[in-house]
Amino acid sequence: MSEQSTEQILADSEYKYGFVTDVEADTIPMGLNEDIIRMLSGKKGEPEWMLEWRLKAYRWWLKMKEPRWANLDFPPIDFQAIRYYSAPKQRSETEIDPELQKTFERLGIPLHERNRLEGVAVDAVFDSVSVATTHKEMLKEKGVIFCSFSEAIREHPDLVKKYMGTVVPYTDNYYAALNAAVFSDGSFCYIPKGVRCPIELSTYFRINAMETGQFERTLIVAEDDSYVSYLEGCTAPLRDRNQLHAAVVELIAMENAQIKYATVQNWYAGDKDGKGGIYNFVTKRGHCKGRNSKISWTQVEAGSAITWKYPGCVLEGDNSVGEFYSVALTNNKMQADTGTKMIHIGNNTRSTIVSKGISAGESNNTYRSLLQILPDAKNCRNHTQCDSMLIGSLCKANTFPNIEAENGSAVLEHEATTSRISEEQLFYLKCRGIKEEDAVSLVVNGFCKEVLKQLPLEFAVEAIKLLEMKLDKSVG
Amino acid sequence: MSAKIPDFEIRNLCASVEGKPILQGVSLKINKGENHALMGPNGSGKSTLANVIMGHPAYEVTGGEILYHGQNIVEMEPEERARLGLFLAFQYPVAIPGVTVAKFLKTAVDAVRGVKNVKPAEFMKELRENSEYLEVDKAFLNRFMNDGFSGGEKKRMEILQMLMLKPGIAIMDETDSGLDIDALKIVSKGVNRLVGPAFGLLVIMHYERILNYIKPDHLHILMQGRVVLSGGPELVKELEQKGYDWVREKFGEEVLAV
Repeated sequence: MSEQSTEQILADSEYKYGFVTDVEADTIPMGLNEDIIRMLSGKKGEPEWMLEWRLKAYRWWLKMKEPRWANLDFPPIDFQAIRYYSAPKQRSETEIDPELQKTFERLGIPLHERNRLEGVAVDAVFDSVSVATTHKEMLKEKGVIFCSFSEAIREHPDLVKKYMGTVVPYTDNYYAALNAAVFSDGSFCYIPKGVRCPIELSTYFRINAMETGQFERTLIVAEDDSYVSYLEGCTAPLRDRNQLHAAVVELIAMENAQIKYATVQNWYAGDKDGKGGIYNFVTKRGHCKGRNSKISWTQVEAGSAITWKYPGCVLEGDNSVGEFYSVALTNNKMQADTGTKMIHIGNNTRSTIVSKGISAGESNNTYRSLLQILPDAKNCRNHTQCDSMLIGSLCKANTFPNIEAENGSAVLEHEATTSRISEEQLFYLKCRGIKEEDAVSLVVNGFCKEVLKQLPLEFAVEAIKLLEMKLDKSVG
Repeated sequence: MSAKIPDFEIRNLCASVEGKPILQGVSLKINKGENHALMGPNGSGKSTLANVIMGHPAYEVTGGEILYHGQNIVEMEPEERARLGLFLAFQYPVAIPGVTVAKFLKTAVDAVRGVKNVKPAEFMKELRENSEYLEVDKAFLNRFMNDGFSGGEKKRMEILQMLMLKPGIAIMDETDSGLDIDALKIVSKGVNRLVGPAFGLLVIMHYERILNYIKPDHLHILMQGRVVLSGGPELVKELEQKGYDWVREKFGEEVLAV
């Protein structure tokens, strides 16, 4: 009876970001071919080199086959039935459309200078374009570049040319190639040598238009001795058709530089019968290029019909550090196949992996990882903690850790647990006056604690609220 | 002449687990200010009684009533019973990894007192005071709830919760099992802090030695799902005079495990 009602609570949780904004959109026809890519590039007023790169990626993509190795079940995607560009029509160059302002305010992201978030610079991406970026002037004084990817192509072509595709080349995988061909916007951050970015940088991704895919690209470059903390959040309306979101994120950290990248992903997950929802197929990778550099990924994956991503680190610089902290929550018919890749190339490189999978309803939650120690990489270390929690009896949790250690000096530790929220745990908490919903969220928050504490405070609060919302029928 | 309604009363309670009857008509009355002990052989239904009083979902009540201040609580959720003022100190407290003792206690205190937010400063003061009284180290409050605790630490934690939640009626389910003498002293010290006109206690005992620390004024013997002997101060006195061997002789060797 107790488990039944826990499942009920999960099934009943509502998605409060499911509204649609009524804006006039500037779109291109549905479908994908070279003309569409030229049209898209033309809409954005891109230089010739950018178009050439897109076309090369597209031609490569045509030769590739859609991968099917993941532990996921979904029908073939019709790439001709997707619209690759949809931008809200802006009434003026300087003013943000009031409807869009309202939308982002409803999402908790005020864009207006008057009441914008303090301590966080936001790049707001609506469907295919960035509609506003806050705190730009203040960052400029410090030499920090934070702008939309489109603007970076126009204003900082040398930087984009130098780094784009160096961590995730378009040949990397099927969806990375597709993204390279059709990406429409995203964020670009550049932190100059010796600068500690004074505020958090963040991008908020919103999918609004129907039958449109969102393909954004984010590139963060941290020069020697610099530091930046970056956050990303995502939501989309409730729709009964699946929508594709295929993003690429590249991070590059030079000597002594540190990049912290956090994601709270709450794309629409489909209804309780698995109808609709976002396919979140994302390639995220960081390159610890310089000595003593450090890249940390923290992700809270609580939405999307399907989540398929492995944020990883290529640890090239000696003594560099890669970290991956993840909470992946699936319920109803959601599917997730997520984890990380840590590639140790430099000496004394260290990596930490903490993964917490929570499965409820009839969902399927898979952890998959690759830990690779190259033959010349001496004295590398890894610690992996991989825990799964099951709620109810119809869900699945799987783990596929792959370890390839080719240097004998490596010290690798792997710990894994699987637990169930037990009737005994709930009874114990209820005997202390705590309601079932609160008891479940207390247990879940405790389970995720190691990951949540990696997030900046305000973001951690948001993430806890999100997990609670996913577990609480009364919120909506 | 109408008798006063007892603060807590169990009337002819029958309960089964997976269709197997365990309690077969248990009756008990406990008033605040009283201190009851319940003993009985293994399998007589002692722990079942404790779980049924709190509403454990695995047990089905097939007959009888549980009355708190005259109100039948059989249909209530465990959390509602806790908010009325019932408390169970568990025989096997459950671990909640990642949730600190302090956070757990704050959540429980807020829930039971029905205040949205008991002021953190007030709460911390109370918590510090009670922890000191139970000789609980401060560092303990930042550890995760029952996670990797020793048996003694878990039991002490149950008593700390009891002091914080200040129940009207508390049931202690074999809190004495697995404790050394020092831990037992701390447990009884905690219980004795609450003893008074606003607090009624039912101690389910494993070893008779706990009676040296918690002096009951009422005694019940449970056998095969029924209370076979019940008495007030006279019975306790008789027991003290005749010794517990008398109980053993009367009801068999198994009544008290030694």
